[in-house]
Amino acid sequence: MELFNSIILILDATLRNATPLIFAALAGMFSERTGIVNIALEGKILISAFAGAAAAYVTGSPWMGLLAGILASVVFAQLHAFATVTHNGDHVVSGLAINILAAGLTASLGNFWFHQGGNTPNLVNRAEELNARFEPIVLPFAKALEDVPIIGGIYSELLSGHYFLVYLAFIAVPLCWFILFRTKFGLRVRAVGENPQAVDTAGISVAKTRYLALLVCGILAGFAGVYLSVALTAQFSPNMSAGKGYMALAALIFGKWRPRGALQACLLFGVLQAIADRSQGLVIGGIEMPVQLIEALPYILTVVLLGGFIGRAVAPKAIGRPYVKERS
Amino acid sequence: MTAQTDSAADLALELRGIDKSFGAVRANKHIDLKVEKGTIHGIVGENGAGKSTLMSIIYGFYQADKGDIFVDGQKLQIKDSKTAISAGIGMVHQHFMLIQNFTAIENVVLGAESGNLIDDSLKKARAEMEHLAKEYGLEVPLDTPVEELAVGYQQRIEILKALYRGAKILILDEPTGVLTPQETEHLFKVLQSLKEQGTTVILITHKLREIMAATDNVSVMRQGEMVAHVRTQDTSREQLAELMVGRKVLLRVEKGASTVGDVKLSMDHVSLTDHMGVKRLKDVSLNVRAGEIVGIAGVSGNGQSELLEALAGIRAINEGEIDLNGHKVTADHRLSPSEVRKVGVGHIPEDRHRMGLINAFPAYEAFVLGYHRSPEYNGKIQMKQKSMIDDCAEKMERWDVRPQDPYLKTANFSGGNQQKLVIAREVEQNPDVLLIGQPTRGVDIGAIESIHKRILDMRAAGKAILLVSVELDEIRSLADRILVMFDGIIVGEVPADKADERTLGLMMANIVPEEVKALQAEETA
Repeated sequence: MELFNSIILILDATLRNATPLIFAALAGMFSERTGIVNIALEGKILISAFAGAAAAYVTGSPWMGLLAGILASVVFAQLHAFATVTHNGDHVVSGLAINILAAGLTASLGNFWFHQGGNTPNLVNRAEELNARFEPIVLPFAKALEDVPIIGGIYSELLSGHYFLVYLAFIAVPLCWFILFRTKFGLRVRAVGENPQAVDTAGISVAKTRYLALLVCGILAGFAGVYLSVALTAQFSPNMSAGKGYMALAALIFGKWRPRGALQACLLFGVLQAIADRSQGLVIGGIEMPVQLIEALPYILTVVLLGGFIGRAVAPKAIGRPYVKERS
Repeated sequence: MTAQTDSAADLALELRGIDKSFGAVRANKHIDLKVEKGTIHGIVGENGAGKSTLMSIIYGFYQADKGDIFVDGQKLQIKDSKTAISAGIGMVHQHFMLIQNFTAIENVVLGAESGNLIDDSLKKARAEMEHLAKEYGLEVPLDTPVEELAVGYQQRIEILKALYRGAKILILDEPTGVLTPQETEHLFKVLQSLKEQGTTVILITHKLREIMAATDNVSVMRQGEMVAHVRTQDTSREQLAELMVGRKVLLRVEKGASTVGDVKLSMDHVSLTDHMGVKRLKDVSLNVRAGEIVGIAGVSGNGQSELLEALAGIRAINEGEIDLNGHKVTADHRLSPSEVRKVGVGHIPEDRHRMGLINAFPAYEAFVLGYHRSPEYNGKIQMKQKSMIDDCAEKMERWDVRPQDPYLKTANFSGGNQQKLVIAREVEQNPDVLLIGQPTRGVDIGAIESIHKRILDMRAAGKAILLVSVELDEIRSLADRILVMFDGIIVGEVPADKADERTLGLMMANIVPEEVKALQAEETA
């Protein structure tokens, strides 16, 4: 029974850990499927986490936080589009610039506004009667079933009691699949990522498609950032994205640019993170594993997986190449 | 020239004073063009004459700097492809504009969707496709990813794409470059039936034979200008060639006699599998003797490139044995490309931009690539700049490379002169065996003539020459024996004097005609 409980707890943590990765990976999917390399996911998560927490604190409403977070992320996504689509900039350079901008901007604005070393104040504050954090959703009958063996563990502990963004992430996966593979917009996004010139000659604007795809990307990345600062923790702290954007990108590649594959990769990273979190002070063969090593595990695995285990991942053909029509 | 000023006839398309520059290059200079409704109108010109640019302007891919376009007598501002499509203009590009991992029908629907969900669009398109396929002989497998289809099918998809969008004027840019003669014939039948149904076809090509066979009227472009408009029945290939180049040209070089010597190059049951695990060469055997040219014909992508690269030391073979001028190469014993050069084998690669030259290098540096270790150019510490430059200048003069400037960046030479640079570099090393790939790809007619002459000179000098080309005319006029490749095998061999277009065409589709079989049986007997 104790093992069962441990597993439930690990899986429970897995869902929490995977949520921002799923949003970010889906965000990356719309961007990369349309041919725009998106290492700027990290920056988008960070800026939306900051904007979300700041707006939630000021207005006292997590929903305003969500709105502000998405808005900030969308602005950054469109900035990426402006650099890479309108001005044919290098995608990686633009992405790096956005990440650096986000890291610097959040820390200095945070310090300037809130004077807490770049943190935002805590969103839950009894003294000020402030509660601007998302509340977990308790599914129907969860309380009643709590003490039923097995079912209680699975339903009340694992499935119930998450933030609405967690549920949204899992709904977003099939939704994004539908958009990408069953709608006109998705067809065009995929076509642009493969052969922009063909799309252009078919009478579709490559730039418009890419801007739209990055708009969707911005919205999804916004969910990821807001989840971190307004749901998972009740505060923004500098660099709290901690490489999640890059991991999401890795998950996307690992999942071969497909929603289901990316979901699986995100869950894998999530479960590793959960195990790492629970195994602090783990002793293997009489040697106590350093905490840092265990915490680094998901990142190490990312490198190893990307290094060779995924086999041939066929990227969208036109990825990373600015589309220039005229010869000069 | 009998200018076609048949003002009574309805014009499907008219251009007046079209100008277009790319930086300092004027690609189109004051172009006038009249295309009559329901005709097939050919546009010929050498590479770089501005044909493709002009068509891209009509299709809204580029914007003209000056000039007017009239469609059906209406002046039209074509600012993008969408405008062109809605005006009833369709285009089949030289490099197909298809999404490789989409199916045929998805490609057709893309950009012409009938609703927000794909399924509805596909259903509607499918019915229409079946109708068009029957009417014009444009059958294609609708649900196979395009990358798995033969180029002939891919081209049909391009035509279907245009027709599905309601094209009344169909522009085809060099449509036959990748087709077998039989596929070409089928294409022309399709164009004919389109014409009968009232579609206007504009056919851009540099192949004069096709112009003569398929068009009603023809316009000739030279160096960005429209130099003549004639009725096809009033002209001839020779006259068109002269108009294109601006001087008289020999379309077929005279092949002198040559004494055939020992075998200098041979392949014995060679197989090659590439890094994707695809078998590119299957049990290939051939030999080339001194003083003869052996031509390899075939639709591109049937193993010719791999054959050349295996011989040149660029790819490793898996089975069999190669003999290069007396040096054995097997799967276990490779020769590197530089060793291959050392044993007296020169290689003129198929794609001069990818393998033959470095575009950013000045001519004199491009000239030593592959031979840069030779003491002639390479000193103890630094390269011998002066001797490299002098040597280059001297060879440029001998080979008539223009402009004669060793310092000029490789990229700034014309295609023909770049090719001459590569050929001169390899031939001047005086190899016994020459591997030549697509010697005149992207080279204008004038330069083709001189390159062909040079190749025949080498034959007369007793070199063993292996020539790979997708241009059947080229192979037929240069080679002594012709081998045809299909899907990595050698389908058969024909002596050049017995190789007519039909025979070669059939063999390119892996069908060996009876008379060739008989010929081969005779030889083995």
